[in-house]
Amino acid sequence: MTVGDTQSTIDAVWRLESPKLIARVARLVRDVGLAEELAQDVFVIALEQWPESGVPDNPGAWLMATAKHRAIDQLRRGERLEKKYAQLARDLATSPDDGYEPDLDAFDDDIGDDMLRLVFTACHPVLSREARVALTLRLLGGLTTPEIARAYLVPESTIQQRIVRAKRTIAKKKIPYEIPQGSELASRLSSVLEVVYLIFNEGYAATAGDDWVRPELGEDALRLGRVLAGLMPKEPEVHGLVALMEIQASRFAARVGPSGEAILLFDQDRSRWDHLLIRRGLAALDRAEHLGGHAGRYVLQASIAACHARARTADETNWSRIAALYWALGQIMPSPIVELNRAVAVGEAVGPAAGLDLIDQLGDSLPGYHLLHSVRGDLLERLKRFDEAREEFETAASQATNERERTLLRDRAATCVGRV
Amino acid sequence: MRFMMMIKLEEEGAGPADGPSEQMMTEMGKLMDEMTKAGVLLDTAGLQPTAEGTQIQWDHGKLNVVDGPFTEAKEVIGGYAIIQAKSKEEAVEWAKRFVRLHGDDWKLTSEVRQIEEPPEDWG
Repeated sequence: MTVGDTQSTIDAVWRLESPKLIARVARLVRDVGLAEELAQDVFVIALEQWPESGVPDNPGAWLMATAKHRAIDQLRRGERLEKKYAQLARDLATSPDDGYEPDLDAFDDDIGDDMLRLVFTACHPVLSREARVALTLRLLGGLTTPEIARAYLVPESTIQQRIVRAKRTIAKKKIPYEIPQGSELASRLSSVLEVVYLIFNEGYAATAGDDWVRPELGEDALRLGRVLAGLMPKEPEVHGLVALMEIQASRFAARVGPSGEAILLFDQDRSRWDHLLIRRGLAALDRAEHLGGHAGRYVLQASIAACHARARTADETNWSRIAALYWALGQIMPSPIVELNRAVAVGEAVGPAAGLDLIDQLGDSLPGYHLLHSVRGDLLERLKRFDEAREEFETAASQATNERERTLLRDRAATCVGRV
Repeated sequence: MRFMMMIKLEEEGAGPADGPSEQMMTEMGKLMDEMTKAGVLLDTAGLQPTAEGTQIQWDHGKLNVVDGPFTEAKEVIGGYAIIQAKSKEEAVEWAKRFVRLHGDDWKLTSEVRQIEEPPEDWG
């Protein structure tokens, strides 16, 4: 095996093992930043030793054992310093077990709880959204700083700083390394799910520039979501989020046409949908529904996505159910965007006039939001009010930030010209 | 990216006569669970023996249907897993873990092949 081979094996092993390593070491040293440094040290050791000695049979176990030694060394060193500061004359080398006893059993029990501690720390609401996203990708997704920077189209130094600051905040605010319990759990969990869905959306719908989808981030988010579902199998919203992402991701390939233009859900070639992901998404939704309880925002959104996924053709879409689901979503998550989507569903289930009524009730609650005008244009076109429809499409085109979407909207405006 | 991990082995004599040991099955279950929880394993299944299979052969306009077993085949595909990984090395790493759990009594091959992605841009 060449050095290059070993290097790429180590890169792969890093991605698979580093989250577990960091999660576990953090429990021992009670410091996520330090834990990450120690994990990195261990990989440096691997990088030095493995090209010579060969990759161990069980690299995960090797790394964990090495990390354990490093962590204990670190603790003893810290302890030694403290004792020095306290001007104690005792030589620790002769009584190394004195004082703080690290939780060594931590290395033998189930890794799941430590992973959860890491999840809730990286997604702690005290951190900014951007910081939570960067930290989550780095600590839980096993991405390197350059990889994160590339995905977000920002300089590496920006991500580096974000991560350093986030770790400092965690230390300064003394965020305990634990799984939130009781009433705190729900709000902390929603912060975690929000982070994963933000990452997914960044991959799914690039908001600016020419890229419609950056599928890698979408895949990273999906993977994180599935990890969460494994860690918290009894939380319906976690399964709901996974279901939502699997189903939305199933349409990645169908969203872009031959010359790079966007294709809206309605016009997509459904044979290009990824039926493996759809099946996985429907199974995840099933799990969420079996757990019962009130359907939360992710379960509801997944149910809506599932309505589309189940329809073999656009005409078979169960729009009444979608309209009802949007109504329910609006009850727990009131938002003009949800209302806009409900208007689309009602426009299909009942008719364009009913949809238009709902949109007009929105008033000015979505200033500068191009989709409002695009939907309004669509409904007006169906009502044969072509002049008004053209105006709406033009407004939408002027507000859209995505170049391809703009083109699509201008084309629609053009088709309304001169029709009566 | 996605990879298909195909498990190839001889139908007779790839492992102990009395089949996989209980310990191996436990280890296998653990690995599958780990891969699922890591968000890597998308789909997996074992295949029935080739005796139950059928080959539909096409040779320049001539159709030929042959029922199994296929005596000419030494190694056959016994099962597959579809996994999502960030690199081929990562997929290979999982495949190593899979073959390793079979222990010293087995001989088998895991072939890792990337699944073609649908073209992002057809232009």
